[in-house]
Amino acid sequence: MATILAVLIDGIIYASWLFVIAAGLTMIYGVMRILNMAHGSLYALGAYAAASLAGTWLARGYPPLGSYAMLVLAAILVGLVVGPAIERGLLRFTYGRDEVVLVLVTYALFLILEDLVKLVWGVESYFVSEPYGLLGNVDIGPLSYPVYSGALVLVAAAAGLGLHLAIRRTRYGKLLTAVIHDREVSAALGIDVNRVFLVTFTLGTMLAAVGGALTAPTVSVVPGMGVEVIVLAFAVVVIGGLGSVGGAALGAIIVGLVRSASVHFLPEVELFSIYLVMALVLAFRPRGLFVAAEARKI
Amino acid sequence: MRPSTWCRLILSSVLSLALAAAAPARAQAPATAPPFKIGVVTFLSGAAAGPFGVPARNAAEVVAEALNGGKVPAPYAQKGLGGRPIELVFVDEAGGPVVQVTEFRNLVQKQNVDAVIGYISSGDCLAIAPVAEELKKLTLFFDCGTPRIFEDGSYRYVFRTAPHATLDSVAAALYVTEVKPKLKKIAGINQNYAWGQDSWNDFEAAMKALRPDVKVTTSQMPKLFAGQYGAEISALMSGSPEVIHSSFWDGDLDAFVLQASPRGLFKKSTALFSAGETAMFKLAGQIPDGTIIGARGPNGVFAPDSELNRWFRAAYNDRYTLWPVYPSYRMAQALLGLKSAYEKVQAGGAAPDQERIVTALEGLTYESPAGTVKMAIGKGHQAVQEAAYGTAKHVGGKLTIVNVKRYPADKVLPPEGVKSADWIKSSLKPVK
Amino acid sequence: MKLARRGLLFLAVALVGLLAGPLLPKWVLFLATVSLAKGLAVLGLLLLMRTGLVSFGQGLYFAIGGYAAGLAADALHWGDAVPMVLLGAVAAAAVAAVVGLLLARYRTIFFAMLSLAFSMIFYGLLVKSSALGSTDGFNVAPRTVGLVAAAGPRGQLAVFGLAALAVILGAFVLDRYLASHLGRLAPAVRDNELRVEYMGASARNVVHLNLVMAAALAGAGGAVTALAVGHIDPQMAYWTTSGEFVFVAILSGTASVAAPFLGSFLLELLRTLAYEYAPNTWQVVVGGAMLAVILFLPEGLWTLLRRRARPSG
Repeated sequence: MATILAVLIDGIIYASWLFVIAAGLTMIYGVMRILNMAHGSLYALGAYAAASLAGTWLARGYPPLGSYAMLVLAAILVGLVVGPAIERGLLRFTYGRDEVVLVLVTYALFLILEDLVKLVWGVESYFVSEPYGLLGNVDIGPLSYPVYSGALVLVAAAAGLGLHLAIRRTRYGKLLTAVIHDREVSAALGIDVNRVFLVTFTLGTMLAAVGGALTAPTVSVVPGMGVEVIVLAFAVVVIGGLGSVGGAALGAIIVGLVRSASVHFLPEVELFSIYLVMALVLAFRPRGLFVAAEARKI
Repeated sequence: MRPSTWCRLILSSVLSLALAAAAPARAQAPATAPPFKIGVVTFLSGAAAGPFGVPARNAAEVVAEALNGGKVPAPYAQKGLGGRPIELVFVDEAGGPVVQVTEFRNLVQKQNVDAVIGYISSGDCLAIAPVAEELKKLTLFFDCGTPRIFEDGSYRYVFRTAPHATLDSVAAALYVTEVKPKLKKIAGINQNYAWGQDSWNDFEAAMKALRPDVKVTTSQMPKLFAGQYGAEISALMSGSPEVIHSSFWDGDLDAFVLQASPRGLFKKSTALFSAGETAMFKLAGQIPDGTIIGARGPNGVFAPDSELNRWFRAAYNDRYTLWPVYPSYRMAQALLGLKSAYEKVQAGGAAPDQERIVTALEGLTYESPAGTVKMAIGKGHQAVQEAAYGTAKHVGGKLTIVNVKRYPADKVLPPEGVKSADWIKSSLKPVK
Repeated sequence: MKLARRGLLFLAVALVGLLAGPLLPKWVLFLATVSLAKGLAVLGLLLLMRTGLVSFGQGLYFAIGGYAAGLAADALHWGDAVPMVLLGAVAAAAVAAVVGLLLARYRTIFFAMLSLAFSMIFYGLLVKSSALGSTDGFNVAPRTVGLVAAAGPRGQLAVFGLAALAVILGAFVLDRYLASHLGRLAPAVRDNELRVEYMGASARNVVHLNLVMAAALAGAGGAVTALAVGHIDPQMAYWTTSGEFVFVAILSGTASVAAPFLGSFLLELLRTLAYEYAPNTWQVVVGGAMLAVILFLPEGLWTLLRRRARPSG
């Protein structure tokens, strides 16, 4: 019983972490049809910025609780600076090209960002571990969890709900939906598609950076940290259905629970549990859980 | 496709090949004292760059520069290699064996290096060894761990100047049984790739041989660079083992310590980090007292005091304001091994040819900042060294290592001609 | 008549390829061998692209070819390299025939992602197999390549010859196939599947067949790579390997059967020069070059040749 509870808690925490990263990825794909390989680098950028900013904050001796604000601020800054720079500076020249070409554009971007991060921050690791333990722990049975992990779950839930409401209830969300369904007709009706793209990519970048910033206190920020999350986030997004925020949430929960169950019961299969889930889901739902089949063209 | 397209294609392919071939064929001007050119291959990008690759590259720079300036203490006071200046060519180890074999061939066949020192990844070492043999180029592996290189193969031009990974796990088991005589339950968390799997298998086998009654509660094998260990930490905690063995390194080790420490895992269990030395100073605040730490041999804080060691630490610290870690020691060890062999056969100032250097290096005994190195096994191509483990203790806010125990080479490494796995099973006897 | 001319042409290419071998500097020879081997995998990818599909998992077949060759040498004690390459191709084709039962139903990004999942599962299995050396892999050392002993510089030349031969054979078969009735269905499937079905052909079968052929090419490429490098490891199945194939395919464009070989040679050359001259920033160089090609040469490198060729011809 205690083990089942641990599986659930560990799974949900992991799922929250995955969701924050995957949400931005699926949103960018849904609107712009770009499977962004550089998403992991944006995540790493968020982590580096957060470690630097919150690290400086704490080193100066300012109140430790303020470091949480610094983490978030770092993510927002990365989103506002890097997002538009990439979208205006590179991606807009490639719109209309084949999806695969766009994947390669972002792969090239990923390579370049990896080295740029190394040029700015060097190869040493950065730490900002205080925020992780600052809020204390909660004991559940024989196990003890930091409150920070609970906060991460709340942030993920808030982000998911916020995105859902923004897409369904706001004017901008309606414009977004229109662009998703038909880019050309939307443009013909006077929607500024370029601006929609700019805002979407900035928001997606910000989400990736938030993921990195909130992860920073639990890891040491090192070169290459973005590589591993790319394929993981891809798997989550594909399981849920590309472009669907709800799907990404469900995908994250499934992957989180399966992984945590395998760690507790069958550590040997942890390595490929995620890909097995992905293959299984796609075998029965070829387009992922949340996407309806498209009409065939004649 | 029309034939004319084919013709154009063939022409253009041949042309581009010819161009590529012509470009690097510039003649090298003969100098009076031609430098000895060494290709140095370590990770300059990716996750292994920070903890291993860059500290090793730094050490190569510091040592080569000091050797060229004649600033290294005895017995290495002679300038360069027997008076010949050392020239280093750095190559990134990223990309896996296919890329590395290409780069190795480039170093030898295009850049005409005189020797190659390198390789942190065991996969790269395994792939490079036969190529070095084919090209007849003196190659010194300075760090990679797998015992398979000289246990499954036999090479003339390939050497490893650091002990192989069996030492890390066997010494860990010896240390644990010594400091925890009443041990009943152990667990492991190791990365799911060759080094992590071998480390755990050797440690488990050694523990089984030394203490047959010890139980394993769980062996966690997360993916390399997974970064998130919440579930693993829960699984480790619920078994409440007394000792947790881990061969984690750098980013993964940091993340594991940072996530496990606030959750109180280290209050219940003692952690043993077989490669923990590279991370111990930056993690000083998080590593609790009692944690067992290794440096893959007598490197870093475990290095015996000597003039050479004091010089190495000071020279490295002067230049990089950091202390050298075990990959730095191992890089220095490789360079000094090459220098020892070179100068041993150098007669009257004439540069010795490669064959004589190779013969001199076989079975050589020499001094490094980490003490005495003997090229004792693998037909004289594989180094042996003593092992050391210790326990972390904060003294006045600084992390120090106490209760250091040293194990002579023949207690932690198999003798000539015996495979590591068999040796662990047959030679380690239960302790009372 | 046309067929005979083609045959002569292939013979000419074969001769040029084999004659070029000894003339090349040794490091270029190795680079060329690996490029030919990887080019085989890319050639298969181009066939899939002609069918409208992109696979992010060709590394699966590449690795299976390599491991089949490696195991033939290591476990079955085969001595000669030639049957190893054939075995690599057959093993990869057999796996594709099974996996294809599922994969052939998928299109677009889902085909790409499912291929990726299969290759990553295989990667995971290889990493778990300590008998196969886990991530370290193991060495592959054939005794002979055809009539030549595999050791030494002549052996390297022989492996190059073997690679060239595999390429010529692969390109010839593909060329004949694309000209055949069945082969012409590939672009039709890409353009409009429903129409293909109305004509009484099965789109799924076409996809399945092309998948198997692409896998056989990748398997042969993997086996040749294993023999040239002398070592295999699970990285061959990792997604970055598959990604590189896709990149070369885009770089070369679908205009010619020979483009992938030139493309992969140029990529290998670029990377090796970047490793040498910019060891700390080679990723910027390679990434920048990728972007430049995509942005300025939308039809692949072939655009350059075409542009130059047009005024004269």
